[in-house]
Amino acid sequence: MGASDFSNLPHIGESVRRKEDYRFLTGAGQYTDDITMQAQSYAVFVRSPHAHAIIKSIDISAASAMPGVVRIFIGKDLEGKMGGLPCGWLINNPDGTPMNEPPHPVLALGKVRHVGDQLAMVIADTLEQAKNAAEAVQVDYDVLPAVVDVRDAATGPQLHDAAPNNKCYKWVLGDKGNVDAAFANAHHVTKLDLINNRLVPNAMEPRVAIGNYSRATEEYVLYVSNQNPHVERLLMTAFVLGLPEHKVRVIAPDVGGGFGSKIYLYAEDVALTWAAKEVNRSIKWTCERSESFLTDAHGRDHVSHAEMAMDKDGKFLGMRVHTHANLGAYLSTFSTAVPTILYATLLAGQYTCPQIYVEVDSWFTNTAPVDAYRGAGRPEATYLLERLVSRCGWEMGLSQDEIRKRNFINSWPYQTPVALQYDTGDYLGCMVKAQDMADVAGFPGRKAASAAKGLLRGIGYSSYIEACGIAPSNIAGALGARAGLFECGEIRVHPTGSVTVFTGSHSHGQGHETTFAQVVAARLGVAVDAVDVVHGDTGRVPFGMGTYGSRSISVGGAAIMKALDKIETKAKKIAAHLMESSDADVEFANGEFTVKGTDKKVTFGQVALTAYVPHNYPLDKLEPGLNETAFYDPTNFTFPAGTYICEVEIDPATGVTRVEKFTAVDDFGTIINPMIVEGQVHGGLVQGIGQALMENCVYDRETGQLLTGSFMDYAMPRADDFPEFKIGNICTPCTHNPLGTKGCGEAGAIGSPPAVINAVLDALHGLGVKEFDMPATPHRVWEAIQAAKA
Amino acid sequence: MYAFTLDRPASLADAVNAAASGGQVLAGGQTLLPSMKMRLSQPGRLVDLGGVKELAGIEPNGNAVVIGAMTRHMDVANSSTVKSMIPALADLASHIGDRQVRAMGTMGGSVANNDPSACYPSAVLGLGATIHTNKRRIEADDFFQGMFTTALEAGELLTAISFPQPKSAAYMKFVQAASRFALVGVFLAQTAGGVRVAITGASQGVFRHKGLEDALNKSFTVASAASVHVDADGLNADIHASAAYRANLISVLTQRAVAHCLA
Repeated sequence: MGASDFSNLPHIGESVRRKEDYRFLTGAGQYTDDITMQAQSYAVFVRSPHAHAIIKSIDISAASAMPGVVRIFIGKDLEGKMGGLPCGWLINNPDGTPMNEPPHPVLALGKVRHVGDQLAMVIADTLEQAKNAAEAVQVDYDVLPAVVDVRDAATGPQLHDAAPNNKCYKWVLGDKGNVDAAFANAHHVTKLDLINNRLVPNAMEPRVAIGNYSRATEEYVLYVSNQNPHVERLLMTAFVLGLPEHKVRVIAPDVGGGFGSKIYLYAEDVALTWAAKEVNRSIKWTCERSESFLTDAHGRDHVSHAEMAMDKDGKFLGMRVHTHANLGAYLSTFSTAVPTILYATLLAGQYTCPQIYVEVDSWFTNTAPVDAYRGAGRPEATYLLERLVSRCGWEMGLSQDEIRKRNFINSWPYQTPVALQYDTGDYLGCMVKAQDMADVAGFPGRKAASAAKGLLRGIGYSSYIEACGIAPSNIAGALGARAGLFECGEIRVHPTGSVTVFTGSHSHGQGHETTFAQVVAARLGVAVDAVDVVHGDTGRVPFGMGTYGSRSISVGGAAIMKALDKIETKAKKIAAHLMESSDADVEFANGEFTVKGTDKKVTFGQVALTAYVPHNYPLDKLEPGLNETAFYDPTNFTFPAGTYICEVEIDPATGVTRVEKFTAVDDFGTIINPMIVEGQVHGGLVQGIGQALMENCVYDRETGQLLTGSFMDYAMPRADDFPEFKIGNICTPCTHNPLGTKGCGEAGAIGSPPAVINAVLDALHGLGVKEFDMPATPHRVWEAIQAAKA
Repeated sequence: MYAFTLDRPASLADAVNAAASGGQVLAGGQTLLPSMKMRLSQPGRLVDLGGVKELAGIEPNGNAVVIGAMTRHMDVANSSTVKSMIPALADLASHIGDRQVRAMGTMGGSVANNDPSACYPSAVLGLGATIHTNKRRIEADDFFQGMFTTALEAGELLTAISFPQPKSAAYMKFVQAASRFALVGVFLAQTAGGVRVAITGASQGVFRHKGLEDALNKSFTVASAASVHVDADGLNADIHASAAYRANLISVLTQRAVAHCLA
């Protein structure tokens, strides 16, 4: 079935209420911490209070003797029993040599490298006993100088023997010679330095895991708050513990948000799984919020310089970018891909810039590992490019919309100079619609009204593009991925016609249980309530690569569509038999099978029942049952794109910056459930505007202590920080998946930060402010105004 | 949290005895309980004042409002007595923390704790209130002694605070975006003894700004407030704000408080 046929089916485009919300809203959800095993013990991890230190000794004798203590493991106990945590993406240096990949021990060995680095696991009968014993573990440290800022990394103290000068890799993309030539011919060059501030993901549910082992079956079961249980199992069995996969089951039940931070294989998950056999007990660990701040993989943290060469009309001729990326103390699972493959390939944006050259240097520092966080590389690319484009306009005397219009791509497919080929889009259409919805024409009047109150008003544009639906496995493999990136779906039609869908995509807030049910209901002509979606359990779902990169509907949904194709093909054969016609004459629509040119028909329910009660059935030609599995590997990325327009009002006396209006027009291709999509956009906008206005992860540059280690100092946005968003859509269906979908989970977080900061700069231009880095806190805005006055 | 025992006395006398014998007094718990959860504080014995009826309540007393130590922020914010006599105090209470904090937190707990960013100490000092304890009365000017330090002696319980009704008053709070404590808060009051300007959030503890008070006593106008140079020396500097920014906020917020009083 093609995308245009699909989008016309019933339930597609219908805001069906979320099936999962009853249990979430009434406290009936089943999160990992809600699960209690028989004979369950509790684990507490002893963590480094220092950013960088030699572990001279660890004395567990007093702690081991404390009440209720079952066992205490330290790094040495694990040596030889397991490997280190793997990095899932290999990046090569320009000379072809591989990146530096220092060991990432499950429990620290010899050295700790960031505040919160885990060095011992205490297991006790109760949580309180485990905490008490953890406090009694005596660690003798030799504290070393620390480095936390990526700009200090090259000259800072060495973290790893295997990474001289704290370098992980240098990576380049594009043709430097061609770009240099473009700059030589430029009428004007616009330059920009910027910082993409580090963020803490802060999922509402912190990480939790329970390790179990059965002597009877020799099977391990890990319950874990995770976005991709099969990936977790694959990494843990194949790379760390050396266990056979059929003896390890990973279950990620209800999960309260991930935003990327729960993609990864964390040390605690491995330690708990392994130790469950050692102590022959189930072991639960629930991360506390303070631990989350210290140990969840953080996001962003880039320092970049960018230059754009233009002709006299503001047409882009070439761009060069140099980015320093902070990877933290160790390589988290997909950390290396974020500032490279997921970043530099997006730097063409929506524009016809013919030559782009990007250099990326990635560094180790004494901070928590940095990895993919809602958008993963694409927000960093979009922030850099959209800041640069607005500045190009200002320097060329062109408005923010005009500079964009002069450079927009307007025909597809479009091959960018940074490897990607965009299949479809309508960038100008998105901008025009956004301008209309934002009442841009009324902006001068609103600015004058603000001025009359002594306030400054600015407008900011951002025209983002992102690559979702990651990814064609062969391309990803060629780029260094150490895993495939397909998805799996299974459709199990029950004898009475209801359906269970098994998907490798994992839902941790996205609403898959509803959206995927709509897809299946639409295709089979059954009620949405007759379809249940199962996810998050390697013991029930055949396989899966999980949820990240806004891939679920475009890859997971496409796998379901392929399985539905198989169901339909087989069901037609059964129907043909029942109607005594040839397979080719059978048509299927709205849950009914008919024979062309006759009034014969059978329902989907009759076919389902016949498949399982095959009394009148072509058993010689066809197996009974109606249960099909499909794997789908995409042929390209999908390319959601749009234009966001932000209006801010600034009080120059205090620097207080309010987002007064925010308009987002997105092209997500086919939309299955508009309510859910709108919710995803709202969530993304809040995270993106949060980064732009208030969120900021700060380590002390000398001591390496995390200064924003709780919600007392790390500013999470609240509802009253935002105006009512205006959300609109343009639809150009994706050309290469059967749904026409592109993905919507990250767009808001990707597109919004530059819109906000461009608005801030637009408001402050009159005062002479030209440079500004996120977040636009009152203090920072006020300081920028004072600096411009001075 | 470490294990502890909990006493819940029903009378002030029992509460005083329990505190005198080493119990840690628990008022609304909005600071103590989080610090216990994080194991930063480990009292072996808690004395919960929530059962002492005589400690809660709001009563007018001549030209003053007397508020019991265990009165919740929510109740101060909603009190018709406070709203009519000292609306700035009700307004202050209505913006402390969030709903949960306002439903649990108490005035006495906040004032006795004297967090340098708390709101209430600025009202107590700005209005020239009198602190009542189980032993004595203490004037606001003598009560606050720097970060988390007050004139209260060991075992002495704050029982009530008496706020004289001002001619006018205003509280201007500039929130620290993460904690929603005051990054700077200015409580301005025109009292019988003159203008008082009490500032919280900006320093090691709540303090009066003599320069602003002198200027406003001469001329109670926005321009008068604006003419005062607020020195950044000695003000807090941290990841949320520099001392210079806090000094600026003291000036701006005082001007706005004056404008509010004149409106």
